[in-house]
Amino acid sequence: MRVVSPVDTHKLDQRTLLYVKNLKVWFPLRKSITEILTMAPTKYVRAVDDITFTINEGEVFGLVGESGCGKTTTGRAILRLVDPTSGTVAYKPSEQTLKELIRAEGPRILLESKIHVDVTKIKNMKPLRREMQMIFQDPYGSLNPRQTVLSILMEPLEVHGIGETKRERIEIIMKTLELVKLVPPEDFLHRYPHHLSGGQRQRVGIARAIILRPKFIIADEPLSMLDVSIRTDILKLMMELKEKLGLTYLFITHDLALTRYVADRIAVMYLGKIVELGPTEKILSNPLHPYTRALIQAIPVPDPSRRKELKTPEIKGEVPSAVNIPPGCRFHPRCVALDRNPHLAGYCKVREPQLIEVEKDHFVACWLYSKA
Amino acid sequence: MESSETSTGEYILEVSNLKVYYYVIKGVVKAVDNVSFSLRKGEALGLVGESGCGKSTLGYALIRLVPPPGRIVGGTIKFKGIDILSMSEEEFRTKIRWKEISMIFQGALNALNPVIRVGDQIAEVYSLHLGLSKREGLMRARELLKIVRMEPDKVKSYPFELSGGMKQRVVIAMALALNPSLVIADEPTTALDVVTQAHILNLLKTIQRERGLTLILISHDLSLVAEIADTVAIMYAGKIVEYGPSDIVYKNPLHPYTDGLMRSIPRLTGEKSELVGIPGEPPDLINPPPGCRFHPRCKFAMDICKREEPPTVEFEHGHRVACWLHVKR
Repeated sequence: MRVVSPVDTHKLDQRTLLYVKNLKVWFPLRKSITEILTMAPTKYVRAVDDITFTINEGEVFGLVGESGCGKTTTGRAILRLVDPTSGTVAYKPSEQTLKELIRAEGPRILLESKIHVDVTKIKNMKPLRREMQMIFQDPYGSLNPRQTVLSILMEPLEVHGIGETKRERIEIIMKTLELVKLVPPEDFLHRYPHHLSGGQRQRVGIARAIILRPKFIIADEPLSMLDVSIRTDILKLMMELKEKLGLTYLFITHDLALTRYVADRIAVMYLGKIVELGPTEKILSNPLHPYTRALIQAIPVPDPSRRKELKTPEIKGEVPSAVNIPPGCRFHPRCVALDRNPHLAGYCKVREPQLIEVEKDHFVACWLYSKA
Repeated sequence: MESSETSTGEYILEVSNLKVYYYVIKGVVKAVDNVSFSLRKGEALGLVGESGCGKSTLGYALIRLVPPPGRIVGGTIKFKGIDILSMSEEEFRTKIRWKEISMIFQGALNALNPVIRVGDQIAEVYSLHLGLSKREGLMRARELLKIVRMEPDKVKSYPFELSGGMKQRVVIAMALALNPSLVIADEPTTALDVVTQAHILNLLKTIQRERGLTLILISHDLSLVAEIADTVAIMYAGKIVEYGPSDIVYKNPLHPYTDGLMRSIPRLTGEKSELVGIPGEPPDLINPPPGCRFHPRCKFAMDICKREEPPTVEFEHGHRVACWLHVKR
């Protein structure tokens, strides 16, 4: 057993599309009047607190956790919709985009691999936005109610100067609508979001994400606001587009059971940290971190024969605030495994565990597994 | 479970041919259309369906709180043998609502008044319904919080000081305040995380057992309902399309809609069969499709499904299905 971060084992190579290292996103809290007067240090909400992972080309990487664990903030930080506090977010762009980026910011944005870039200035993200897109959770809130489908989809094309004439752009829009199965496309062009059902809106959201032909898409809970019977169709569409367009997904979800059907690998987040990372099947069949175990125990099972039993996930209390993160392992106040292994208290309550590789490709950050 | 051929005396709730319509400018939304079912004392019924299928409206109808422009336009609801729809609002409010039938409202996290301490909010129930003083009300509120496994001292908290799970417990406590025999829980765990959801479900189960409550759990989530319901009713477009003991319905769903829902659930264990889903989307209830309302999405649809509404057919153990596939002709 070695103490290594997952990036060291997945070397930054040709296949790596996205590389996130030591990413932190801290939001400062406003100071109260007494805090200003006593010159108390600024407090931060540590939404994302030092996480590291890589995503390979063609992979679906699931980021799982409960609300407030920082999974959405991670996604937004990757796209620079929020500014990371520190850390590296590197991406492997296409050759043409790479040239544009180097022209704008100079070769210093290149990482050692020579094919990955870490853009420093937000305004230089523009060429990258052609390649990195997002599907949002809320199909009701993420489309402008005063824009028609045509105008929603026209905007990215105009911003990025794709298509010579308006006619050409409409052609691209029609093709994209066909790709997301809003057919016949001419029926949808002039509709407003309120004319569309939830499933159709999410298809428009997907169309907007793919219209620039990106390579990498962050899907932030794309199914959670949809009805159960519609989810499967949207999921199938996303997987079909992945094959057709050669996409790579970062799939953010709170639903562990769902990751089994979509993700190749998953990372489980708790209070801003990745606590477990590995191939989906391995984590679901053999969860190592006490938190992952509790999450899995808590998932309701569609089998009424066990309804008379009480189901108590092995976890204590509630998630603490991301402002006052417990010292040592941030999960320790809720950890049942610590109660069973009181001799570990000297580690768990004091030192933060690092991700270690317990079996091939399966990493966990927990003192139970390190031979310290 | 016994077959449903029992005397009506055993039932605590009997709903027959209930119709609740919303009269909006565009037309009439038939949110609940000819719904019938009965509940025994102590039974837990899961009412499952997608958004807009009428499940919440049905819940509201049972405590006569259908929001305008909705109206109960037909059918009867008998509670302990008494027709509660023919009561005056005054009589219903003083005798039945909250004392006998109470509700845990959807979006409970926002159901509490943010500027009033939770204890005072619970005490208000007692002063309104039982005429108790504030002091007595607060004493009872402390007892109630114990029942929902909370520190009695939390009566002094404001809602923003409580976590989502705790607020949900307060809302459950308020529903239990007057010791009702029937509680309707409308999506009691949406917006809660899985771990909290598991705790709330345990709480509901325990309280149901301790107090012999009859429970109606309204949810879109078949997995959640399976954790507690003895009986399930599957609603689609304003109608109950399948009804029966949960053991039987989950094992052998007869309606293509129920079957489709079952195949849409991602499962954590067991065989990873492909998620199937159901093509299309639920219909607009102003102009529901003729015949069986599910036929445009049904892969087994026959000619008759497009023309005539299917009758409800009863199988063993009170398992009922409204589908032409199961009508012997």
